[in-house]
Amino acid sequence: MNEKKELTFVIMDAPYESARTTTAFRLLDAAVRRGFDVNVFAYEGAVGLPSVRQAPHANAVHGRDVVEEDHPNPKDAVTALIEAAHKRGSRLDWVQCGLCVDERGVSEWVAGPRRGSPADLVTFVARSDNVLVIPTR
Amino acid sequence: MADYLLIASREPFEESDVIDYYALAAALAKEGTTTLFLVQNGVLPARPCAQASRLTQLAAAGIHVLADEFSLRERGIRADRLAPGVAPAPLDVVVEHLAAGTKVLWH
Repeated sequence: MNEKKELTFVIMDAPYESARTTTAFRLLDAAVRRGFDVNVFAYEGAVGLPSVRQAPHANAVHGRDVVEEDHPNPKDAVTALIEAAHKRGSRLDWVQCGLCVDERGVSEWVAGPRRGSPADLVTFVARSDNVLVIPTR
Repeated sequence: MADYLLIASREPFEESDVIDYYALAAALAKEGTTTLFLVQNGVLPARPCAQASRLTQLAAAGIHVLADEFSLRERGIRADRLAPGVAPAPLDVVVEHLAAGTKVLWH
């Protein structure tokens, strides 16, 4: 029986800003689908990804109401990934950089993410089989 | 001997340092198995275009040059019309490399 793998992803892009966020979510999904334990260290703008204040909106230009627009919010992706990991008996440990959270005032999140510090990242790196850093420019 | 996976998310038409990243891949290929994974706008030079030959040359040097299938579809790039030496691949390749202990770099 293979030992369960543990991967860490370090992300820093704010929501709605870059294709890197979409790619990061896709990578997390691929890792979760394999039953890996996954760590996320979110810092700088990425601490806004699980913000519970995100809201879907209508699209007046295209004449679509909020249901028809079906606007995706990253907080829902965070929730779905954590739930998917749980269903597979794995763990998705999402740590929010506390200083980054305080700077931006985004301290209300969906269930799952926890407040942490770069010390958590050190722990993740020491414990993981591998680490991928997805930096902004 | 280490294995390397270089993820290229940018394209050389707008950012010239992408050429340096390709050169890094070529240098690493002399030390170990190297894969260049194109994602997001990084897939643009895989079209038939002025920059495509750079990728073909990397493939000829023994580098596995892969293009994210999702990024290709997003941009309307047909997987059967990629530059010689470039193959379409799912993003799962990156996770497989991570799990295998490959040294992975994002640009």
